[in-house]
Amino acid sequence: MSFALLVTFIQQAIRLSSTLLLGSTGEIITEKSGNLNLGTPGIMASGAISGIVGAYFYTSSSLTFNPVISILITILCSIVGSLLITLIYCFLTITLKTNQNVTGLALTTFGVGISNFIGSLINQQMGGTSVAAFPEIGKAYRTPLPFAENLGVFGDIFLSYGFMTYLAIIIAVAAGFVITKTRIGLNLRSVGENPATADAAGVNVSRYKYVATLIGGAVSGLGGLYYVMDFAAANWQNNILDQFGWLSVALVIFAVWRPNFAILGSIVFGALYVIGSFLLNLGPKDQELLKILPYVVTILVLVFISMRDKKENQPPESLGLSYFREER
Amino acid sequence: MELKPAIELRNITKTFGSVVANKNVNLTVNYAEILSILGENGSGKTTLMNMISGIYYPDEGQISINGEEVVISSPKDAFNYKIGMIHQHFKLVDVFSATENIILGLKGKGRYNPKDAAIKIKEISDKYGFEIDPSKKIHEMSVSEKQTVEIIKVLYRGADILILDEPTAVLTPQETQKLFAILRKMKEDGKAIIIITHKLHEVLSLSDRVAVLRKGEYIGTVNTTATSETELTEMMVGKKISLNINRSEPIGAEDRLVVNDLECINREGVKILDDISFTAKAGEILGIAGIAGSGQRELLEAIAGLQKVQFGEIIYNDPKTGKSENLKDKTPLQIRELGVRLSFVPEDRLGMGLVGNMDIIDNMMLRSYRKGKSIFLERKSPKDLAQHIIEDLEVVTPGATTPVRRLSGGNVQKVLVGREIAASPTVLMAAYPVRGLDINSSYTIYNLLNAQKEKGVAVIFVGEDLDVLIELCDRIMVIGGGRVTGIVDGRNVTKEEIGLLMTKSHGGEQND
Repeated sequence: MSFALLVTFIQQAIRLSSTLLLGSTGEIITEKSGNLNLGTPGIMASGAISGIVGAYFYTSSSLTFNPVISILITILCSIVGSLLITLIYCFLTITLKTNQNVTGLALTTFGVGISNFIGSLINQQMGGTSVAAFPEIGKAYRTPLPFAENLGVFGDIFLSYGFMTYLAIIIAVAAGFVITKTRIGLNLRSVGENPATADAAGVNVSRYKYVATLIGGAVSGLGGLYYVMDFAAANWQNNILDQFGWLSVALVIFAVWRPNFAILGSIVFGALYVIGSFLLNLGPKDQELLKILPYVVTILVLVFISMRDKKENQPPESLGLSYFREER
Repeated sequence: MELKPAIELRNITKTFGSVVANKNVNLTVNYAEILSILGENGSGKTTLMNMISGIYYPDEGQISINGEEVVISSPKDAFNYKIGMIHQHFKLVDVFSATENIILGLKGKGRYNPKDAAIKIKEISDKYGFEIDPSKKIHEMSVSEKQTVEIIKVLYRGADILILDEPTAVLTPQETQKLFAILRKMKEDGKAIIIITHKLHEVLSLSDRVAVLRKGEYIGTVNTTATSETELTEMMVGKKISLNINRSEPIGAEDRLVVNDLECINREGVKILDDISFTAKAGEILGIAGIAGSGQRELLEAIAGLQKVQFGEIIYNDPKTGKSENLKDKTPLQIRELGVRLSFVPEDRLGMGLVGNMDIIDNMMLRSYRKGKSIFLERKSPKDLAQHIIEDLEVVTPGATTPVRRLSGGNVQKVLVGREIAASPTVLMAAYPVRGLDINSSYTIYNLLNAQKEKGVAVIFVGEDLDVLIELCDRIMVIGGGRVTGIVDGRNVTKEEIGLLMTKSHGGEQND
């Protein structure tokens, strides 16, 4: 592999990593409250398509195009879309205490399906010849940091990405800080570990679960938005996001429920995912085979943490369990 | 020091369904005083304390704090009245440090500083003599350290009235002494302390006054200095009541099960059974008496092969072959095949014996499905058995296909015991088979056990009610703290004798 190719490889890995990082940071926030949200792929698809819907209405309106406003509108739409679909999950699992696995999987099917439907609809509205595409918005998202070009390889590797790559890292670091250093984070963790204890200590368990899951959903949804707007340059494609949704869920385990670890983990996952297309003599079937590498690594991590048996690296103790206050 | 009442309870009554847990209880606790609440299991001690700490709400009666009548409807209310309860089962987050657990849920600056909290924790620790590392994680702590965290948590929140529910049950004698020293310091500091226990020697060494409950009723309060172990035992167990349970003479009592020097260690590494030796004879009922958690459960489980045995032997004399076998090396299935049956009624009845969502027939099948030859289930014989049990034991149910969880407690127990008896065992172990049952159902169970005994089965009966044990059992083994404290003849023993054996458990090990 030549040096230039190596730089491109790193860039591709980091580009893809932002989708996974946002997806899994959102899922970590959710899981810290004891909610296992397997609806993440559906939420990421919803976050992405909501952004596309915003882009469609903005570009087809009579307003003159402004890159900053286009970004703000798509982000806002994405967040609203993700929150709405996550609210379904919250209401079912927290208020009605349904099974989290079943609810999450149903939400993935629903979210992916409805996104495909809306995506096809917009495609049809835009002429139906190709996929829905918004090149100007894609360009706005992909604008690199201003001084990236003058710094050679350093600029290429660290500064050549759109703003959301940096936003993803900031969100991950901030989430890590809130979870480990603040009272809110302490209360949140106690809800995920032992809700009965949290309840007895005066923490409002349902409220923490609702708020954490909604924020988590919004962050995951931004991961979907990043993928269509930046990585895919504002081209919508059906059925593309569920695989990244599942990779994000796997990354939560790989990062042992720590957003800071997820930053590095997402780059490793991104690299493993794209490495196939850089090994030139590989046929398409071998490339597909290589794409399972992140899951293999996740399984290895699971084996490793269960062997180490260190309490701090385990999932929140009541992850996946509904909390019933003892009725006596 | 002038006595100032902290809490006064007047005519507190609490019922759960038809069961009266507390009846007209009157109690006063003063500041700078340690009050013990003494009573057997099921005498309503914990229920009473749960009403003070806001978990239950009394049906009748008033609670006053500092002379003012109050309503405590939630743990938060209790906390506002400066009442703190240390439960038997700790409410702590395992992966958190002591500090994090202590400040959990408290208001304060957004970004907490564990060091500030640690300073306050240190102040409290120094004041009362706790030894604690605030940064240590709960899952790395011993039981006694966890208890310390719970107590500090309550003090950190400013509690003046502390309730400790059987705090010494999980402690070693040395740890108990340390805890008592701390409690005495708190008392000097003016706190009101209520300690629930059934260990007489602890009551006598620690408390100023003792309140005794028996079967939910308030018996009285006595000053510790003016009482004795004998008087307290009498208050606790009460006068003998005649029950008229039939008891036939044992016939042909050959040794069926011989247990020698049995020793078991539980998951926390605490020795739960120590040096247990006894013989269960065919055609007699051996009663096991003791305070709950003294090792009854583990003993039965060890015999049934469900509990790992560290040391000792369990010899089973097979009446069919005449051979002797050591059950210690056998799997639960092999032990069952030999005819040793455990009808264990755990704290929640369905837990270990029956599957609540399955109907009576399917529950019968849980024991027989291995006998089937075809790949399809054979439902005919379990169905007959279910019908047979329903008729013989007068199980009140809409039919054999009703899920077991919809039956009342007594009927669930009849199904469970009935199923185990139907396998014609040679050893039948029943733990608390009449817990929560009304009189008639209880007698049905006693008659069942007696019928088994007359058939030549070695029956082991773990019971709570001493009157029943004395009238039903041929011999009674008393265990305390995992040791046999005595084996007595059921025909000429008194309740007081058994009561003293039950409570003497740790007495020998402690120097107080």
